[in-house]
Amino acid sequence: MGATIVEKIFSSRCRKPVSAGDVVMAPIDRAMIHDITGPLAIEKFREMGGTKVFNPEKIVTLFDHQIPADSIRAAENQVMMRKFAAEQEIFHYDLFEGVCHQVMMEEGMAEPGELVVGADSHTCMYGATGAFATGIGSTDMGFVLKYGALYFRIPDSIRLEVEGRFPYRVGPKDLILSIVGDVGADGATYEALEFTGPTIEAMDMAGRMTCCNMAIEMGAKTGIVPPDATSWEYLQERKEVKPFDLASDPNAHYAEFRHYEVDSLDPQVAMPHNVDNVVPVGDIEGTAIDQVFIGSCTNGRYEDMAAAAEVLGGDAFSRNVRVIVIPASRREYLKTLRAGVIERFVEAGALVEAPCCGPCMGGAFGLLAPGEVSLSTSNRNFRGRQGSAGAEVYLCSPQTAAASAMYGIIIDPREV
Amino acid sequence: MKVWKFGNDVDTDAIIPGRFLTINDPDELAEHAFEGVRPEFASGVQKGDVVVAGRNFGCGSSREHAPLALLGAGVHIVIARSFARIFYRNAINTGLLPLVCGEADEIEDGNGIEVDTAKGVARSGEKEYVLEPVPSFLQEIVRAGGLVEYAKNLKELPLCTGLE
Ligand code: SF4
Repeated sequence: MGATIVEKIFSSRCRKPVSAGDVVMAPIDRAMIHDITGPLAIEKFREMGGTKVFNPEKIVTLFDHQIPADSIRAAENQVMMRKFAAEQEIFHYDLFEGVCHQVMMEEGMAEPGELVVGADSHTCMYGATGAFATGIGSTDMGFVLKYGALYFRIPDSIRLEVEGRFPYRVGPKDLILSIVGDVGADGATYEALEFTGPTIEAMDMAGRMTCCNMAIEMGAKTGIVPPDATSWEYLQERKEVKPFDLASDPNAHYAEFRHYEVDSLDPQVAMPHNVDNVVPVGDIEGTAIDQVFIGSCTNGRYEDMAAAAEVLGGDAFSRNVRVIVIPASRREYLKTLRAGVIERFVEAGALVEAPCCGPCMGGAFGLLAPGEVSLSTSNRNFRGRQGSAGAEVYLCSPQTAAASAMYGIIIDPREV
Repeated sequence: MKVWKFGNDVDTDAIIPGRFLTINDPDELAEHAFEGVRPEFASGVQKGDVVVAGRNFGCGSSREHAPLALLGAGVHIVIARSFARIFYRNAINTGLLPLVCGEADEIEDGNGIEVDTAKGVARSGEKEYVLEPVPSFLQEIVRAGGLVEYAKNLKELPLCTGLE
């Protein structure tokens, strides 16, 4: 029997053949903590008797969730983490670079075949380069900081094959929303999702990140795209790496196969309050909205901003909607700025904020009042996620967000 | 000991909303547990009460503040039809016992409940419910009372040898 890409990564990390179901204590190639989960992880590291982290070069610390500090407590947590990074000689990104997952990707912190953990559930995004990356809690992270290893049950894989060309103003976010709707919020629990097929092969890194990012919304341990020319090129722009072959064997064992076609895919929207509550945009057209958020680790890249701007054209956003635009990182911000896209958003009436998580998690700013409705390009619409438990959050693509922001109602971007 | 019953897909934002994540103390977190979705929980919960839920309990974010908020509230056991992966691990690691029960849906809100972890059963409303044991590779951590204690007693890292 052949091996899946996930089994191959664990086998290479463990230097012995292992397969799905095996439990291993595997060495970690990179670990990331941020301002929300970091303080607890550091506390646990210390409670475990940790004094020196296993390898400061393999640890990334940064702030993105509540920046600049929005409360004295947040500021105190950040002071504590800064001190920790300094004392451990960890290169600390602080609040200058952007949303953790985007920064990890653009700094080349997740290479094909590597085993990467982050104290954040959307760490699964780094599978876009062919790394095995997964989110863990703070106590697990404390253990990783100390030992540089963690126990894993090697997951089974579900193979998703995607075919076809995206129609006009339909893209990766619509695809992944339709997949989440199909698989369900717990349809892939404890499993890895392997994205394959011509549509994925033709997809740029931004799109692959959007897809892998939302693997966790199906309960998956990770999403992964086997590395190809696109991913190697992306990495080579960032660091010196030599491409090698890494893919599942044709006779590998999969828990499940699923097939998707995108040729006639409609723009998709996840309705409150579950990410798998997905319908084509046409079903809910006309729903009035109070706030639109274009950003997050799911859709805060240049490609997303450009797609939103293309829909916007020379028009303005509705005066009845608060449009908050946040590029996911400093680099993406600059790229978007230099392309004139930021200027266009500001002209159109948007609030453009510096790179951070923003309203995505309802921690810092942009919170919703009871009864308010938000349309967001982020990845979660749980009750209370963006503020009041009495508010509603819909999730969509950057194109649908831009079109809806122009009219103040949820609308199909192809009609604009 | 009473049952606090919840439905399917209880996410970690519901257990502890994002705006409270600058708090790291379990007792203080507990004041906001289930604040948005069940405001009477924090003031009504008693030490030893059990949270019971349907499928996919703890889905969403990796925030360990979620099991900590429950522990701070005096809840040491959660029974559900199934758990989301990260929450399950976080629970084991922090000393909150997540128990899978195929019939969790039948357990009624507000009823008394007794959990016999040694026998793997829960009694509630005149009925006995079978609880699935925690996977063997995690039992050592459960026995230690969480990953911190387990790590403290770790003589040598069992690198890639498996834990079984
Ligand atoms: S943008 Fe949202 S989903 Fe992404 S890391 Fe920040 S809070 Fe989490």
